[in-house]
Amino acid sequence: MATETLVHVSFHVNGTLHELELPARRLLSDALRHDLKLTGTHVGCEHGVCGACTVLVDRAPVRSCLVFAVSLEGARITTVEGCCTDGGDMGPVQQAFQDCHALQCGFCTPGFITTITAYLAQNADPTAEEAREAISGNLCRCTGYQNIVAAVQRAAALRKATDRTRRDPSGEVSTGSTTGVES
Amino acid sequence: MTTKMFGQPIRRTEDPRLVTGNGRYLDDLGHDALEVAFVRSPHAHARLTDIDVTGALDVEGLVAIYTHEDLEAEDIAGMAEPLPMLIPHPTLTHGRTQCALARTEVNYVGEAIAMVVATDRYIAEDAAERISVVYELLPAVVGVEAARAAEHLVHDDVPGNVAARMVQQTGDADAAVDGAPHSLGLDLAIERSASMPMEGKGVLAKWDSDDSSLLVHTSTQTSTSVRQAIAAKLGLPVDRVEVVTPDVGGGFGVKIMHPWPEEVLVPWAAIRLGRPVKWTEDRREHFVSSAHERGQLHQVRVGYDDEGHLLGLSVRFWHDNGAYTPYGLIVPIITSTQLLGPYKPGVYRVEFASLYTNTVIVTPYRGAGRPQGCFVMERVMDAIAADLGLDRTLVRERNFIQPGEMPYEQGLVFQDGRQLTYDSGDFPASLAKLKTLVGWDDFPAFREQAQAEGRTVGIGLACYVEGTGVGPYEGGHIRVENDGTVVVSTGLTSQGQGHQTMLAQIVADELGMPMDRIRVTTGDTRRFKYAVGTFASRTAVMSGSAMALTARKVREKALRIAADALEASVDDLEIVDGQVRIKGAPASRIDMGTVAVLSNPLRYAFDEAARRATQFAPAADPTKPPVAAGDAPGLEATDFYSPTQSTFANGMHAVVVEIDRDTCDIKILRYCVVHDCGTIINPMIVEGQIHGGVAQGVGGALYERMEYAEDGQLLNASFMDFLMPYASEVPTVEIDHLQTPSPLNPLGVKGAGEAGVIPGSAAIASAIEDALGLTIRRMPISPSELFHLRLTSAESAGPVETLRKVRS
Repeated sequence: MATETLVHVSFHVNGTLHELELPARRLLSDALRHDLKLTGTHVGCEHGVCGACTVLVDRAPVRSCLVFAVSLEGARITTVEGCCTDGGDMGPVQQAFQDCHALQCGFCTPGFITTITAYLAQNADPTAEEAREAISGNLCRCTGYQNIVAAVQRAAALRKATDRTRRDPSGEVSTGSTTGVES
Repeated sequence: MTTKMFGQPIRRTEDPRLVTGNGRYLDDLGHDALEVAFVRSPHAHARLTDIDVTGALDVEGLVAIYTHEDLEAEDIAGMAEPLPMLIPHPTLTHGRTQCALARTEVNYVGEAIAMVVATDRYIAEDAAERISVVYELLPAVVGVEAARAAEHLVHDDVPGNVAARMVQQTGDADAAVDGAPHSLGLDLAIERSASMPMEGKGVLAKWDSDDSSLLVHTSTQTSTSVRQAIAAKLGLPVDRVEVVTPDVGGGFGVKIMHPWPEEVLVPWAAIRLGRPVKWTEDRREHFVSSAHERGQLHQVRVGYDDEGHLLGLSVRFWHDNGAYTPYGLIVPIITSTQLLGPYKPGVYRVEFASLYTNTVIVTPYRGAGRPQGCFVMERVMDAIAADLGLDRTLVRERNFIQPGEMPYEQGLVFQDGRQLTYDSGDFPASLAKLKTLVGWDDFPAFREQAQAEGRTVGIGLACYVEGTGVGPYEGGHIRVENDGTVVVSTGLTSQGQGHQTMLAQIVADELGMPMDRIRVTTGDTRRFKYAVGTFASRTAVMSGSAMALTARKVREKALRIAADALEASVDDLEIVDGQVRIKGAPASRIDMGTVAVLSNPLRYAFDEAARRATQFAPAADPTKPPVAAGDAPGLEATDFYSPTQSTFANGMHAVVVEIDRDTCDIKILRYCVVHDCGTIINPMIVEGQIHGGVAQGVGGALYERMEYAEDGQLLNASFMDFLMPYASEVPTVEIDHLQTPSPLNPLGVKGAGEAGVIPGSAAIASAIEDALGLTIRRMPISPSELFHLRLTSAESAGPVETLRKVRS
């Protein structure tokens, strides 16, 4: 069997441009974890059901285990590592997870954090029912979700309390209202 | 005064790294390692007649392929032999374990046959696909009924497919049942499920040939025992093997089983190849080659008086142990003993058979046999209530062990070989709290109102007792560094329960140190070599108690050294916020870091702090040896906690359901929990454990089952088909606590980890029964099963008559 053909691809991850030569079949989850060593993105089921591997591609939640990395030429990708503040501290969703005890083993947590980050950009002030709906595509085996629902609402509150002018996780400056980010 | 940490909902110290993507789980390590894929049996029962690897040899990036022949060829005692029988028991007369790679026969779909090592996982899988195995198919034994029938055998040398039979009794229960004014017989079943942590298993091994030492990282619930097992299997001195548990993405029992074939094969390959080797389990592998639990059939006979008091209880059950029995009989022993819950059963007899089937092995999954036992006992309680026309809570109350009867001997031997003796609990108080929390007495009005709206609702409850904190022991080590950092280690592992935080809370209070000075390490044999593991809701009880005892030793030494330095009596000292100070004269004080410096007499002043401890420092007394006889340098201590028996937590759940009249969809309207785990160290963590346990209980009651075809294929081996609850399926849990401290340990704590899952199926079955007036005898139950059950129940005379009455 011949050596695999490598394909060139370039995309931004958490604001940094990466140029990679990858086999065409390499999944985005593996490229992030093993080529870029951004191991915050976790793989729980390898078929798009659990949501642990969720990252944001051009601000929309995407299951990185279902995407070939080489298909993302020019994309702007945000992982859980990119959901921190500019100073590297916990971002609002991350802080809310600690505040509300919304994680136990933490393995599914990165997928929730990216999903919720994207969700709050669209609905900055969800009700508990909306919060539950927003996370109902991600599996968690530890928490029973109750505290994750609480964390969505806590994150919304923390987010509103942050500076009116702030840098969003994809590295672009958004101002004023936290709503209206296109997906 | 330092704020007391014990009992407070302290935010977890683990979280900042876990939420920012800085956790380190197994597959986050070893980026330079070779990777492994396995050829696994696609057949449930077959003889291996040929393995041909030639098709794989030209795969670019292939490093090695190993089969059982290679294990035999290697001059290492034991590698080719079956894996250890971890928990031998005298009644396990026909225990069998598998070889790390199948030798001549496979006994379940998923059993490992060949190990492929390559430069990455993609390539390893390419090569694995090209390995050709020729099988001679044998008939598969699937399910308890087929195993009992024993038309075919899983293992040729195990007659009747029976691994073990065991009987425990407190007297002639059948005579007691026969002589009772009322009696009932019930057949009850629970299906297979699995722990299913979000992170599968994984192993990374590095061999240092210069040092002849092996470093293994594995996603386990017991690093110390994996270390011993690897050393034994590979013929290495234990001293040359270290095992580290990194962050673990959930366990729920499946990772207490060890050594998994991969846990010995990956280190073996790393030594052979002289390069780091890693295996990360994928989800399908986890379904077909880890472990399952819960599958049991039960036959119950119960006798009782006119008021519903139990007079005799006779239980026979059949436990499906899968293809092998490496973890022994722990699950059925727990069912057979913990079935009794908070009740006095009258005369009790229990008999079980543990049966082989050509399916994945069975080892404990959170609850570990208790959900089945609780289901059995609580169905019995509801059946008695229905028979006598009594309120279900009243029948339970009448059979409760009373607080004044503690400690209470059930007259049985528990899973740890010790007497089943309940140490504490106040069951009437717990039930009273539960009735208030759920509004039990107001439910008829709610039902009436719902009925008027065209809705069908029901309420159910279930009670359990859980033996937690089993022995033999756990330990702790605490060292105060020169900068006042408190380095804490315990040998057992963590897989999400917040052990770092909980143990730090204990140490903070005992030592008078702030939380942010405390660093806790779990599950690293380089740091602490004596431990058992994290299972059976034992960490707070075992390591928590050990850590308190250890901290008290460190405190005693710190006060002794500080008393010298401050020229004060030990009795006059206190430790507050990391300072040892004289009570009433807080200006006279010494930092704990300085005490640590003084604890270690020095020749060399390697930094400014060390100057205080050198031989020419003013504190040095030239008339005495620098280290007194019987003392040791360093402000550190090790201690262990080893109790005589388990401590028994308990709880009671009540659930309100609504059944869709057309579709039989089952919706949980309310889920209430009263929980008694003794003294609570961190209520936030305890409640989180309950929430998660309830979610797994709901999954087990309504969704999760392993769908095996008759030929032994697992039909739903993916998250698309094995239905674990999402947020849309799990109710909000309402919790009330009762704290009856355990008299058995220095903290008064009992375990909390597994509790939430135990009564789920029992309570939900009770509520569905109440809603529809029919009888439920097996769980889980799906809407379509309930629909059909309703149809068949409607055909028979009525709800009470559907109880199979043996004698009345």
